[in-house]
Amino acid sequence: MDPTPGNDDADAAQVPLPGTRSTFSLDINGTARTVTLDHRTTVLDALREHLGLTGAKKGCDHGQCGACTVLVDGRRANSCLLFAVAQEGARITTVEGLADGDRLHPVQAAFLERDALQCGYCTPGQICSAVGMLGEAADGFPSHVTPPTATTVPEGPAALGAEEIRERMSGNLCRCGAYPHIVRAIEDVAP
Amino acid sequence: MSQAPQPPGAPVVRREGREKVTGTARYAAEHAPPGCLYGWIVPATVPGGVVTATRTADALAVPGVHTVLTPDNAPRLEDPDDPILSVLQDDRVPHRGWPVALVLAESLEAARAGAAAVRVEYRTTGHDVVLTGDHPGLYTPEQANGGHPAVRERGDAEAAFASAPVRIDATYTLGGLHNHPMEPHASTARWADGHLTVHDSSQGSTTVRDSLARALGIDKDHITVISEHVGGGFGSKGTPRPQVVLASMAARHTGRPVQLSLPRRYMAAVVGHRAPTVQRVRLGADREGVLASVSHEIVTHTSTVAEFVEQAAVPARVMYASPHSRTAHRVTALDVPTPSWMRAPGEASGMYALESAMDELACALGIDPVELRLRNEPAAEPDSGRPFSSRNLAACLNDGARRFGWHERDPGPAARQEGPWLLGTGVASATYPVLVSKSAASAHAAPDGSYRIGVNATDIGTGARTVLAQIAASVLGTPPENVRIDIGNSDLPAGSVAGGSSGTASWGSAVHKAATGLAGRLAGRTGPLPPEGVTVTADTARETGEESPYARHAFGAHFVEVAVDSLTGEVRVRRMLGVFAAGHILNSRTARSQFIGGMVMGLGMALTEGSTMDPVFGDFTENDLASYHVPSCADVPDIQAHWIDEDDPHLNPMGSKGIGEIGIVGTAAAIGNAVRHATGARLRTLPLTPDKLLPYLP
Repeated sequence: MDPTPGNDDADAAQVPLPGTRSTFSLDINGTARTVTLDHRTTVLDALREHLGLTGAKKGCDHGQCGACTVLVDGRRANSCLLFAVAQEGARITTVEGLADGDRLHPVQAAFLERDALQCGYCTPGQICSAVGMLGEAADGFPSHVTPPTATTVPEGPAALGAEEIRERMSGNLCRCGAYPHIVRAIEDVAP
Repeated sequence: MSQAPQPPGAPVVRREGREKVTGTARYAAEHAPPGCLYGWIVPATVPGGVVTATRTADALAVPGVHTVLTPDNAPRLEDPDDPILSVLQDDRVPHRGWPVALVLAESLEAARAGAAAVRVEYRTTGHDVVLTGDHPGLYTPEQANGGHPAVRERGDAEAAFASAPVRIDATYTLGGLHNHPMEPHASTARWADGHLTVHDSSQGSTTVRDSLARALGIDKDHITVISEHVGGGFGSKGTPRPQVVLASMAARHTGRPVQLSLPRRYMAAVVGHRAPTVQRVRLGADREGVLASVSHEIVTHTSTVAEFVEQAAVPARVMYASPHSRTAHRVTALDVPTPSWMRAPGEASGMYALESAMDELACALGIDPVELRLRNEPAAEPDSGRPFSSRNLAACLNDGARRFGWHERDPGPAARQEGPWLLGTGVASATYPVLVSKSAASAHAAPDGSYRIGVNATDIGTGARTVLAQIAASVLGTPPENVRIDIGNSDLPAGSVAGGSSGTASWGSAVHKAATGLAGRLAGRTGPLPPEGVTVTADTARETGEESPYARHAFGAHFVEVAVDSLTGEVRVRRMLGVFAAGHILNSRTARSQFIGGMVMGLGMALTEGSTMDPVFGDFTENDLASYHVPSCADVPDIQAHWIDEDDPHLNPMGSKGIGEIGIVGTAAAIGNAVRHATGARLRTLPLTPDKLLPYLP
C-alpha cells in the first residue's frame, strides 16, 4: 500500500504540546506543500513519512552515509540533518523531481546505462549528490584534490576528471561497491 | 515482436533499474499504511545480566506513545527456530544491545523519545567478550557453518611439517567485521482478517514466512512476507532478524500496522557480524615450493545465544595439493552479539590467512607467488578426493598475470619509490563453492503470446529479476522483454535464500525446469491458447537432493598495486584486477558489477574496516558509519573484473556458478601481499591502517 499522500492529517490524532508543532509550507520539487509537523521532524522524515516521497533514503539518520541527499536551493544537503520547520521558503529537490516526465535526467540515464547501482538504496542520494556536485563544479568550487593553482571562483568551472569525481562523491557511501561505475556514469555527463 | 531472443550472457539492463534511479522502488520501511505505529527498540545497556525492573510510566507519558512492550506484556512466542528471535520473552540479557523493550508511538519522533524515557534496571553479572587464541572456553564444535566438519585430517600434518625443509608458521588475527547494508533492517507488519502481511528487508521471504509461522504459532498460509526491493544484505538479512518478529508481535498486540527500522548504530548488536578469528597457518614445503603439509587452525567466537562458527579453515580443504593436512575450528561462547553470515563467511576470512601464508612461502623460497600456486595445483579436491567439475585457477592466474603485467615485476621488497610513495604489487587466489538449494517456479503462457514467471527469488541488488527473465526467455525462445517475472513475495512458489552465491543456480534451475515444461506443453498444442493460458509449475527437490560426485567450486585470482605513503603510513590501492572462472556468466553487465562490488568490500576489509570489542563496555566500539569505515568513492580506484568462460556440464541447466561472493575472497590477502612488497613489512592483521604501518616505514 502506498504511503498516505499529502500532508500529515493522519497525525492529527496526536495530542500536541503547545509550541511543539507548526503549520508551514515546504517547496518540494516545485510544488508548495502545506504541512503540520513536529518541530523535531527532519526534512527526510517529512518527505518519507508525511509527503509520500520515499526516494530519499534513511541509511544512518546521522549525516554519515549520504543516502538522504537532496538539493536545497540547488545545493546538496543531508536531509536527515535538516529540521523541516527551518526550511520554509527553501526549494527542495528530491530524486523524484529530477526527471522531466518520462525523460530521465541525464545523470539518472547515465547511472542506468553504466549499471552504477545494485541494491539501489544509496542510488537516489548518489544521483542527487552528482547533480549538486556538477553544479558546484560549474560554479568553480574547488575540492580537496583540486590543485591550488586551478580555477577558483569566479575564474570558471572546475574540470572534473575521475579523481575529482571520486573526491567530490565521497560523502555518499555505497556498500554494493558500485563506485567505479558511478564515476564512469558521472564522467559521461560531466562537461 | 521486434526484438530477437538474446544470447546467454547478454548485458541486459537490470529490470528495476529505472525504478531505482527515479526513487520509485519501494523498500520495506516505505509501505507505511494509514494508522501505522512506529516502533523503537530499547537496547540493553549492560553486557550481561538480567533485567530486574522496567519502568514505563515516563515513556507512556510522552505525547504520542501508544504502548511499551516488555517481557511482562509482550505476546508469547513459540520456540523459534533461531534463538536470536526469542525477543521480549524473558529477563535475560545475553549481550549489550539485546532488545529489552519496544516502544510504539504515533510518530518516529515520539517513538524515539519514548524509548529514551524507558527506565530499565539490571542486575549485572560478569562479562567476557574478548577472544584470545588460548581462551579457556574454547571447544571443538560438531560442525562449522555450512555443515562442514569442524576438523579434517589427512596424513600426519604435524610430522610432515616438522620434517619439511621450508616452513612457514604464521598466525593471522582478524577483528570482527560488519555487513552494514545501506538499507537498515526494517519491517512493516499488518494484520487484517487473521492474515499477517509483512514487508521485510530480507534475503529470502519464504524463510522469513516459515520462521514467523513457527514463532507466532500460526499457519504459513496466514502469512505473506514481501521483499520486493532490498537495500543490500551481504548475509545479514539471510535469515529473519529480530525486527520482523518484534514488528509482527507488536502489530498483533496493538491491532495497528507497525513499522520498525533498526537505527544504524544498533545494527552491530542485532543483525550479526563476521566473527573475529585467530588463524594459525603452517605450510611445509620442499625447496621447489611443493607443499608437503598444510595446516590451518581457527579460533573464533560465538555468542551465548546461538552457536555460529566461521568456517575459515574450509578453503584450505579445496585449494592446494598436499599429502598431509589438518584443518580445524575451535570456538568459545562469549557475552557478545551473535555472529552470522557476512559475504563469503569462511572463505573471505580463511583465504586472507591462507593466501598471505602462500605469499610468505613464496618470499621464503624466492619463487614467484603465481608460480608457487601453479606448482601446487591438485588433480582432485585435496580433502575429498573428488574430481573437480571444472577448476580454472591456473587459467585465472595466468590470464590475470598477463593482463596486469605481473611478469615485469621485480620481486624484491621495498624497491620502488615515487616521491614519498612506496609501490608494490600482490597476488592472491580466490575460491567459492557451488551451492544450490531447492526452489520452485511457475511458468505461464498467456493467449497474447506473453509469458509470466513466478518464483520467490529475492533481488538484493544482484539483478536476479533480470537474469531469471533471461533464463526463461532463452528456454522459451522469446525476447526477455516478453517475459514478466514476479519475485519477492512468499505467496509465490517457494524460493531459497539469496545467499551462498546460490540464488541464480537455485531459482534459475526451477525457472528453467518450469519454462522447459511449458515449452513442451506449448509444442504439443495446436490452435490458440485457452483464455486462462497454460501454466506449468516445477520444483527442484529431486535435482538438489542428489549429491554431486564432483567437487564444484568457482576460482579466481586478484592482482593489486598499492602505494604506501612512507611519511603517513596511508595505503592507497592504485589498481585492482580480478579474473574469475565461474561457469557461464549469464549477464555480463550485472555480473561485472557483482564481481567489482565484492572486490570493493575486500578492499574495505584490507584497509578501512575495523571493529574493536571494548573489553569493559562489552560492545563493538565502531558501531556507526562514522567510525566503521566502509570504503568511500575516493578509496576505490578503477577496478577491472574479467572472467574465463567455463563449459562445465556438471552444474545446472545454465552451466553457471555463483558470483556474489568470490569477489571478496582473497582480495585482502592480495592487498596485504602488495603492501609487503612495497614496504617489506609483513603485517598479519587487518585493516592495514597507518598506525600499524608507521613503525615499519623508513
